[in-house]
Amino acid sequence: MTTRAADRPDSAERLAGRPAPPAAAQLKSRHLLGIAGLDADEITLILDTAEAMKEIGGRAIKKVPTLRGRTVVNLFFEPSTRTRTSFEIAEKRLSADTLSIATATSSVTKGETLVDTVRNLEAMSPDMIVMRHASSGAPDLLARICRSTIINAGDGMHEHPTQALLDAFTIRSHKGRLAGLKVAIVGDLLHSRVLRSNVLLLKTMGAEVWACGPSTLIPPGLERLGARPTTSVDDAVRDADVVMLLRIQHERMQGHFIPSVREYFALFGMTPERVRRAREDVIVMHPGPMNRGVEIDSEVADGPYSVILEQVSNGVAVRMAVLYLLSGREGRDDESPGEGR
Amino acid sequence: MPQVMDADRMSRALTRIAHEILERNRGLDELALVGIRTRGVPLARRLARALKEINGDDVPTGALDITLYRDDLMRHPVGPQPLVRRTEIPFSIDDRKIMLVDDVLYTGRTIRAALDALIDFGRPRVIQLIALVDRGHRELPIKADYVGKNLPTSLKQSVQVRLQEIDGTDEIVIEGEP
Repeated sequence: MTTRAADRPDSAERLAGRPAPPAAAQLKSRHLLGIAGLDADEITLILDTAEAMKEIGGRAIKKVPTLRGRTVVNLFFEPSTRTRTSFEIAEKRLSADTLSIATATSSVTKGETLVDTVRNLEAMSPDMIVMRHASSGAPDLLARICRSTIINAGDGMHEHPTQALLDAFTIRSHKGRLAGLKVAIVGDLLHSRVLRSNVLLLKTMGAEVWACGPSTLIPPGLERLGARPTTSVDDAVRDADVVMLLRIQHERMQGHFIPSVREYFALFGMTPERVRRAREDVIVMHPGPMNRGVEIDSEVADGPYSVILEQVSNGVAVRMAVLYLLSGREGRDDESPGEGR
Repeated sequence: MPQVMDADRMSRALTRIAHEILERNRGLDELALVGIRTRGVPLARRLARALKEINGDDVPTGALDITLYRDDLMRHPVGPQPLVRRTEIPFSIDDRKIMLVDDVLYTGRTIRAALDALIDFGRPRVIQLIALVDRGHRELPIKADYVGKNLPTSLKQSVQVRLQEIDGTDEIVIEGEP
């Protein structure tokens, strides 16, 4: 693993007339299945690369030729507007050829299994597959059988790594760091892949994470991830540097976890009064889609401390960074499919 | 490891280039310097300082990272991706005279990538190339307009430019057998 720089043909060196830039940090896996498995150096590498990618979005011609000739398939088995659009824009800004498959119009509706769908796609040699699936672990399954690089765009209640990375990028651009910050995450903790990925990432980077929600929506084992669970929104928000809200997921609410939306808002909804308990320079985040008047008051969503739309812009830069860093990791002979992570 | 340029000679070479720029462009109107990362950037800043000392005018200066434009980037299936750093060109390059600055001119492939990158930012009136060292062995039809030092080398050698801002010292050394 350590001699890879030496394996590289010398043209990189000759290109610049000097040794190639040091690749001190690099991603160990050729897939991005979750934040679990990434260390602090890898996360920092992705965030630093995203800083460079962000500048491209401000140019008149928002495109670089880096992934010319590469094919990326966006395979979304669950509805998504923000994440899919964000990935598509990121791919196009890097000049990759992209196609997006929404399962409503695909053979999946004719009864094809996930593995068969992906094997058929692979027969057409895409380089990367970005996938979202309702089942936790679906991307891991594909990573074991695929030659393509798999990027997890959200799987069930498991992980949503690019969301956590863009959240970290947004926090870092406001606070200059992640270590030592107090981050309060409030909302539906039980069903949230965003929570899991964010807790894993923020703990790896040395932040303090409070996770707050009704006791019916606090998953067991949250402490083991390193978060401090609480049902008191005041405790969670007090002196917080960052307040991150999670959506109350109506589509996963058949189990009657909360008595009513109105009661939830009264007890946990983020109002301007609650935000005032946080630090004066607090930022308020939401991965979207927002339910105004449920987990967040409109005045907060549109308030001066809200960075919610900035998160969306940063998502493109972070996904460009991930696509770029993983694109060098394809077709390695010394790694069997799915190995490493 | 023979040293081929020390701090004093480097400073004089940059001053000479600054004079040549002024002579050739008849002043600094619409001139801008763009350094190629990494060591082209401090060189561009030094040239801006030298131009200001001679002429009194500030010249806008930017930094260009060419990593995403490299022609070898996706040709090696194995290996880590080179680090990408920020491009910072805080001015419009449209209709400007762009002085592109790099430390070592060798195969010309970096310059090819830099030209592609610059064109994505706009349409300069002219682009001129400044290299502190030209070591030969071009693989593309590219030529420098201003050269600090022509340095005949063999393919086995490597030329190291060290700058105060990055390496703590100003010098150019040749490493390896001739």
